[in-house]
Amino acid sequence: MKLRQKKTMTAYLFLIVPLIFFIFVRFFPTIYAFWLSFTDWNIISPKMNFVGFDNFRALFADSVFMKSLWNTFKYVLYGVPLVLVLSFAISLLLNNIRKGQAFYRLIYVMPYITPLVAVSWVWRWMYQRPPVGVINNLFSFVGIPTQRFLFSMDQALIAIVVTTVWVNLGYCIVIFLAGLQTIPKEYLEASKIDGANRWQVLTKITVPLLNPVILFLVVTQSILFLRIFTQVYNMTDQGSGGPLNSTKPLVLYIYQKAFLSFEMGSASSATVVLFGIILLITLLQFRLLKRRVQY
Amino acid sequence: MTRSDRSVRILSYTILSVLIVVMIFPFLWMAFSSFKSTAEIYSQSYFPENPIIDNYQEIFNSSLFLRWLMNSAIIAIVTTISVLFFDSLVGFTLAKYQFPGKKIIFALIISTLMIPTEMLVIPWYIMSSRFGWLDSYWGIMFPGMMSAFGVFLMRQFMDSVPDDLLDAARIDGMSEFGIFVKITLPLVKPALATLAIFNFIGDWNAFLWPLIVSSTPKMYTLPVGLAYFSSENLMRWEMIMTGSTVSTIPLIIVFLIFQKHIVKGIALTGLKG
Repeated sequence: MKLRQKKTMTAYLFLIVPLIFFIFVRFFPTIYAFWLSFTDWNIISPKMNFVGFDNFRALFADSVFMKSLWNTFKYVLYGVPLVLVLSFAISLLLNNIRKGQAFYRLIYVMPYITPLVAVSWVWRWMYQRPPVGVINNLFSFVGIPTQRFLFSMDQALIAIVVTTVWVNLGYCIVIFLAGLQTIPKEYLEASKIDGANRWQVLTKITVPLLNPVILFLVVTQSILFLRIFTQVYNMTDQGSGGPLNSTKPLVLYIYQKAFLSFEMGSASSATVVLFGIILLITLLQFRLLKRRVQY
Repeated sequence: MTRSDRSVRILSYTILSVLIVVMIFPFLWMAFSSFKSTAEIYSQSYFPENPIIDNYQEIFNSSLFLRWLMNSAIIAIVTTISVLFFDSLVGFTLAKYQFPGKKIIFALIISTLMIPTEMLVIPWYIMSSRFGWLDSYWGIMFPGMMSAFGVFLMRQFMDSVPDDLLDAARIDGMSEFGIFVKITLPLVKPALATLAIFNFIGDWNAFLWPLIVSSTPKMYTLPVGLAYFSSENLMRWEMIMTGSTVSTIPLIIVFLIFQKHIVKGIALTGLKG
């Protein structure tokens, strides 16, 4: 056998197990999820009927589904700007200092690697009413009235957003900081010599040069907030997404549909909707990246 | 340094230090509270006045925390080893061999990155119930045995290994697999370390799939166990905080040992975008 043929054989041999994995654990399940979304299957009954778009029609007529879809958008709408603005501001501050930068950065990253379940329970506790809730204790100390936080239909979602921002902050800071450090010092110095003030340097040089980084973070953070689940499951009463579905996101809706009421067909349709939204955002990123201006 | 530069620096330090308190406080609050008695939890004290270790004794003696700790360790270690081996093998093959179908295979693997886990859990669950994998280690582990992101990362790094080096080993009569293990793997150690740490942390913290696939408490992983334990002990905050501390400590240790890799790894995943 020629060397070339031998190498080709070796390549296929090396790839066979991984290929089986990616086909059976990633590819087929995806196709199967799409197929299920057009059936009325629940795991108990043996028959599986093709029902066309009935599941999707039923979903969009279901007020709980619409509520959870809207909640999911609210998580993204509140969470992404908050985490981006905060992490950008902090990374600008970190970029100003030299001594202790690594230490500060380290502390900001810590929540990102902590188990989210533990984080959720710690924050759930901090959000409690007095005398156990430490945030309310602090509030009463400075004269702010007691807040209901997770027990309130208006505040619970925002309380969960705040916790999530606390978790994701470090990740965004590290990426912003890496981006900031790629900006050539000459640009900043030249603009200073030209008499630009700090605000002008920031808006005319730093932000435009960081555009790709900002775009990347907008997309990854949006996807993260779209897929929010663990925090809501652990911070709301019995993992229900309450009070009265006011915090329930799409993934929790899917979880309950599939694994508490076993309506696999309908739950799969909801996952297809989630997939569609994520795909849309990802494609948008590619479009914007292609169009991005080179400086 | 100008005066305005100095004042900016002082202001930066001040704001950063105030914010650091917000970042650290929940950790301290969690750890302090695990040493408090039930009575002290309700007395608005911050630092434990009479620190006790009863909570830890109770959690290790009368709950399954040790078992969950072991489950999580086994699962995270086995899947991380599998990901390291297979992802670097695939990365090596895709970077260093020419063969028909190479581009399609790479595209196929990378395209799976776009599929959210949430979409796959229902088919995985049905698969597991057909094959009898529910409520087993294998059931929890199998979806994570390889990672498309890891393949992408390893292929990038394998690309930079010089071909001459591999050819020289071939002339010396080394087998192709031997070349992979003995020549290439040592050269991509930093990438392997990054992949290992992120996979380990990801597996250790994974929640949705382990929650779905495990049904008896003895098969829970630490996060699922903690969620279960906390809802069983609702309002016993000192116990919940002890459980949270126990599940966080292993990761804080990993984090402190590998902090440089973790920060670099985050920047690496971010800047490819």
